[in-house]
Amino acid sequence: MRFLLLFSRQGKMRLQKWFMPLTEREKKKVMRDMMMLVLARPPRSSNFLQWRDLKIVYKRYASLYFCAALEEHDNELLALEVLHRYVELLDKYFGNVCELDIIFNFEKAYFILDEFLMGGEVLETSKIAVGVSMEEADTLQEQTMEEYMSKPAY
Amino acid sequence: MSPSIPLQEMIRAIRSARTQCEERGVIQRECAAIRAQFRQADNGARSHNLAKLLYVHMLGYPAHFGQMECVRMIASPRYSEKRVGYLGAMMLLDEKQDASLLITNSIKNDLSHSNQYVQSLALCTLACMGSAEMCRDLAPEIDRLLRASNSYIKKKAALCAVHIVRKVHELGELFAPAARSLLTEKNHGVLHGAVVLITELCERNPEALERFRKTVPDLVQIMKGLVISGYSPEHDVAGISDPFLQVRILRLLRILGRHSETASDAMNDLLAQVATNTDSTKTVGNAVLYETVLTVLDIKSESGLRVLAVNILGRFLLNNDRNIRYIAMMSLQKIVGTDHNAVQRHRGTIVDCLKDHDASVKRRALELSLALVSASNIRSMMKELLLFLSSCPPELRAQTASGIFNAAERYAPSQRWHIDTILHVLTTAGGDVRDETVPNLIQLITNTSELHCYTVHKLYRALLTDISQQPLVQVACWCIGEYGDLLLKGECQETEPAQVTEDDVLDSLETVLQSHMSAPATRGFALTATMKLSTRITDNVDRIRSIVSIYGSCIDVELQQRAVEYNALFKKYDHMRAAVLERMPVIEKNSLGQTNGESAVEAIKAVQPATVKQGEPPLPLQPANQVCDLLDLLGGSEEPLQPSSVQSGTASGLPINNSSTAGGDLLDLLGGFEPTPAAPAPAVTVYEKDGVNLTLLCEKHSDSGLTVTLTASNSNDSDISSFTLQAAVPKSVQLHMKAPSGDFLPARGAAKVTQMVVLNNPNKVNLKMRVRISYTSQGSACQDTVQIDSFPGL
Repeated sequence: MRFLLLFSRQGKMRLQKWFMPLTEREKKKVMRDMMMLVLARPPRSSNFLQWRDLKIVYKRYASLYFCAALEEHDNELLALEVLHRYVELLDKYFGNVCELDIIFNFEKAYFILDEFLMGGEVLETSKIAVGVSMEEADTLQEQTMEEYMSKPAY
Repeated sequence: MSPSIPLQEMIRAIRSARTQCEERGVIQRECAAIRAQFRQADNGARSHNLAKLLYVHMLGYPAHFGQMECVRMIASPRYSEKRVGYLGAMMLLDEKQDASLLITNSIKNDLSHSNQYVQSLALCTLACMGSAEMCRDLAPEIDRLLRASNSYIKKKAALCAVHIVRKVHELGELFAPAARSLLTEKNHGVLHGAVVLITELCERNPEALERFRKTVPDLVQIMKGLVISGYSPEHDVAGISDPFLQVRILRLLRILGRHSETASDAMNDLLAQVATNTDSTKTVGNAVLYETVLTVLDIKSESGLRVLAVNILGRFLLNNDRNIRYIAMMSLQKIVGTDHNAVQRHRGTIVDCLKDHDASVKRRALELSLALVSASNIRSMMKELLLFLSSCPPELRAQTASGIFNAAERYAPSQRWHIDTILHVLTTAGGDVRDETVPNLIQLITNTSELHCYTVHKLYRALLTDISQQPLVQVACWCIGEYGDLLLKGECQETEPAQVTEDDVLDSLETVLQSHMSAPATRGFALTATMKLSTRITDNVDRIRSIVSIYGSCIDVELQQRAVEYNALFKKYDHMRAAVLERMPVIEKNSLGQTNGESAVEAIKAVQPATVKQGEPPLPLQPANQVCDLLDLLGGSEEPLQPSSVQSGTASGLPINNSSTAGGDLLDLLGGFEPTPAAPAPAVTVYEKDGVNLTLLCEKHSDSGLTVTLTASNSNDSDISSFTLQAAVPKSVQLHMKAPSGDFLPARGAAKVTQMVVLNNPNKVNLKMRVRISYTSQGSACQDTVQIDSFPGL
């Protein structure tokens, strides 16, 4: 996978994970192109597109579009499963996840993603294991933040 | 200094901003506060501030001043700060930034941290944005972690190693042993990481590939375990056990089995099992099947398995899910070259997909359909393609049009069909065709002389209906100009003749001339066509005259020039008008490119005879064929050496060589003079085969000239007739073959045939001669070549 983007129907970026080095300008261009391409697709079209030399796989979940860019040899159908698994992980963690959860807790969304994917490849194939790691990491974080006065409403 | 607000409040504030301007204001205030906070000493809210900055960054605002803060946070001992710091590093820093090097040390330390979650942060960040130097620095650490740590770290180290190998290929060697041993792990995450790492190593290094081939049995074992195993809640997805791992293993097997019979055999059963047993009702099952099919088609699988794979793709084509159909067509596209017949079986379904509403599916169907066109299905396929062209999305039009043209050119069952097809494309999608379509079509039309009448009728009718498609209008004008007389004759075999008058035809051309839709080039076509008609019609020449003179003052310079010249043709050069405007000859494709071929010959024959070049020396064979190699003269076309076509042969290389039409004696290389008696001297046998004996005699008669006499005899029991000798010599040598004494060699050496060859070698090059012997013996024609390298008596 080269990058993973989450954006709303209105074109607001909610999460961007890049697995290849690009400058800020290039990233902005890519995001614009992706949004343009994906948001223009009619409702019942296939989830695959060709863009430059990459295969784009996108799926809409409620108000969010999940968009991943694959290389030539990647399996598109499996990528759909990867996106679905990520949504499941978010759902498990936040409990009935919605876009607002991802907006207000974006770092958590990133942390969950980092437990699931790394370097563009799937890291952990077990649903349960990701949840367990997140819990433990969160506990560790809570412990080290106890000394602070204002406990944030995570 | 305004107090900073907690992250969530800031997010709320930003979201409630009603305009972009308001939002910018909020963000600017916050950024100022954050900057101030960064400057302060360690306070409890550092991680919050960085998190706020990251949010702002995600909205698209500049956040580079947070880079150093990230570096500081990463170095902090507190996990909460490290967590956000590393996140910031992954978002704000990349390998191109200088600041990224500063975190190398922190990462190094954190890799050996006692807490696995800290280690994992470091691994994750390195895998995300590690530069080549960082990778080189930390590779040994990663290798260590690959071997000795818990599964949580091992799986992360494996993918980190993948990143390292991608950045610094040579380090692949370092990880190979560890990767091998990881295959024995039970943890799926680690297994997955190991498979990805091995895949990466094998893709980059053929030696590694060889070594890892030995793991095929292990991989097959693991895969079998996944396929047969019972339900595992942790890894199950819709009944498939760990599809992610299955797909990666299949992909690795593909790479390992690709060029190896043994490896392919070892995985044969497994692939068959997966292909037949995987449930294909859900996407996840199809993902595994898809990968299996790709693997089967790529390795050296046995034919039964291949058929199974193609059938799976066929089933995919019929699936209701668009994604599956798309996937199927992409895979079929890859194998249409190698397994053409298998794909042809599904042609019907593929053509149906042309009618799908989805643009991606349409595109795939188009590419595949074009690849499937063949001589046997050209008519039906073309019908479908033309139908598609009339309703296809605009971005696919150009591709479709050019695909149709290519197919028509290669497989057209008849000329008329070809012309009809091209006309159809021009009327439907004229604006999207390539530029060279117009000249190509014109050439095609001129070549089909029997259909001129038909073509001009059709084009005229098309012109009457619509003059907006420029390529069509251009071709139509050209045709009407050329074949307008056929149009006016009022009879046509192939189609209903049009009852048009000269005025009608001129009207239509004038409409094109005056229309604002016509491009300048098109108007040029129309004007020239009008002019041409002046020799083909009888009554309305005056009208043409007036049209032409009007355009003599046209603003468009090109049109004006044409009009003025045509006007001159009417006035001063009326006697030449008929000749200038007569029918065009058949246009040869690429006639400018060829130098020694029949087309050039014809072109020369059509050229007006011109003055003969005086004092032309006997043209050596050298300039005649621009390839001018010893070999070509006898290996290539025979023409240059036959007396009858000696003119064309020698002229072919020089299009302006006018001596071709002047008397042939200057160039008569093979005949014309009385044979001289053979000179006495020792003769050398240069060829002896099948009873034919050829001897050679040399006699120097000047400093650079010599006469070679070839004598042939026949020792067979049967006669030899039509005996001819042809000779070729190096470039700078001039050769003059005199007439042979005869061409009949009676049996048993009763008589001989002599051939004298006069050679002139001014440059004193190494003299060689290649002689071709042709004759007929016992009813069959024989031919042979002999090379003579030494000339006795020289």
